[in-house]
Amino acid sequence: MSDKMYLYPLWVRIWHGFNALFFLVLLISGISMQYADLKYSFLPFDWAVLSHNISGVGITLAYLFFLVGFVLSDNKRHYKIEVKGLCGRLIRQMQYYLFGIFKGEGSPFPVTAESKFNPLQQTTYVAVLFVLYPMLILTGFPLMFPEIIIDNFFGIGGTLLTALLHSAVGFLSSLFLVIHIYFATIGSTPTSNFKSIINGYHERH
Amino acid sequence: MVKLTKSLVCLLLLSVLIVHARATDGADNSQCLQCHGQVFYEYHNEWTDQVDRKPLNPFHYIDSVKMKSSVHKMFACIDCHSMDYQTFPHSGELRLEEKYQCMDCHGGDETYAHFNFEGIESAFQESVHYKSSDERFNCWMCHDPHGYELALRQDKPIVEVVTLSNKMCTSCHDNKFKYGLLSHDDPVDIAATHAWLPNREQHFNKVRCIDCHTKVDADLLISHNILPKEQALRNCVDCHSANSVLMESLYAHRAKESRAKSGFFNAVVLNEGYIIGANRNKTLNTISVILFGMLLVGLLVHAVLRMIFSKNK
Repeated sequence: MSDKMYLYPLWVRIWHGFNALFFLVLLISGISMQYADLKYSFLPFDWAVLSHNISGVGITLAYLFFLVGFVLSDNKRHYKIEVKGLCGRLIRQMQYYLFGIFKGEGSPFPVTAESKFNPLQQTTYVAVLFVLYPMLILTGFPLMFPEIIIDNFFGIGGTLLTALLHSAVGFLSSLFLVIHIYFATIGSTPTSNFKSIINGYHERH
Repeated sequence: MVKLTKSLVCLLLLSVLIVHARATDGADNSQCLQCHGQVFYEYHNEWTDQVDRKPLNPFHYIDSVKMKSSVHKMFACIDCHSMDYQTFPHSGELRLEEKYQCMDCHGGDETYAHFNFEGIESAFQESVHYKSSDERFNCWMCHDPHGYELALRQDKPIVEVVTLSNKMCTSCHDNKFKYGLLSHDDPVDIAATHAWLPNREQHFNKVRCIDCHTKVDADLLISHNILPKEQALRNCVDCHSANSVLMESLYAHRAKESRAKSGFFNAVVLNEGYIIGANRNKTLNTISVILFGMLLVGLLVHAVLRMIFSKNK
């Protein structure tokens, strides 16, 4: 028997929905452009450019919306990393995912109203939202307006450097997406976390 | 005696230097350029005994600075134009003078064999310029004989190559007076017809018009077969892919000279630009595929183990 806890306020769910949509379009169109081929492109190149640009602007606006919500609401408490003892907590969580989960042990950091993320989630989300996202946005917009990029940066083409950084961070973000979706299946049922981010209620065992 | 010998040697060296300087600076065309190198020219009118100041026909203006750096700088004006031009006012009949064409000098000459002028002429005769102008279109319409300079062969930066090349096209296609020499119509608005290009200005600055508007010919460094507009490249992936046609056109010369081993597809482009889809780092590609594969395998194993252990409970 599971009970429900309201964890995801409406604004978070709206942001998450738009973010997921734009992220997927960016990922597919980005890969399509990077590996464009006369025979085997995912998307027609001009569609890929247009959808990537629109989604890039969209995800940036969504991100700004998230930041406003982050600052104004108490949701930010979930992202405050307690540095003291972090390594130990991360190791405990990893041990759970690597061993404990198979033995039927309970999560070392169960979800509560005060702390909805375990240390591994918390660290990853902070890294993605406050390191990878800004890097993607800061490298993405110059690629949309390449005339503002300097031609030469210490002997390396400015556009090349920006594009390499953008695609490398995009790749890391795609790894995050796969991990994020897989770990979302670790809930009271494989689909319960997906329902949670739609209706806002977290199901507990 | 020694003093006299030294003086003679110095004089000889000086004259050699002067001759050398004249040869590298080009021919002395100052008499013609007194008028043709100016926007306004002046002359003494013997009828009125006054100095007249008149605007020069812009089609007869010669940029003397460009001329000094052009491939034809060693020629005197009267090498190609009638000797009678030395008289002013010029005789009205001189405007009927038949001008030399490229092939008159460059055709069949071994010195210029590497330019393949014969191939250029054949390609040009296939071009829309030649076919749609009743043969009135000639080399000079694009290649200013008084200011033409080599760009790709001189290894100038690609941006400069592109600018010089595109100026040839826009000198007519963005100039109704020069365009009017061949057509009763006004030139079409290039910006409007290319509005479909993402980052249009970037394309205009980094790619030559001829990269999309000509048919690539492996025997020519620069293709001269300008295609009808309907046949111009419009498929982005023609350039934005590992098999980019730019490697056969704009970057062909550089690519032949430096087959890069930097790990990048089409690395020669990276010296001066970046073309998404055409530039990929092989090492990073391999690493990313391996990492992604390892992640998927890891998660798959984890999922299978979860299922097995949950059934055993």
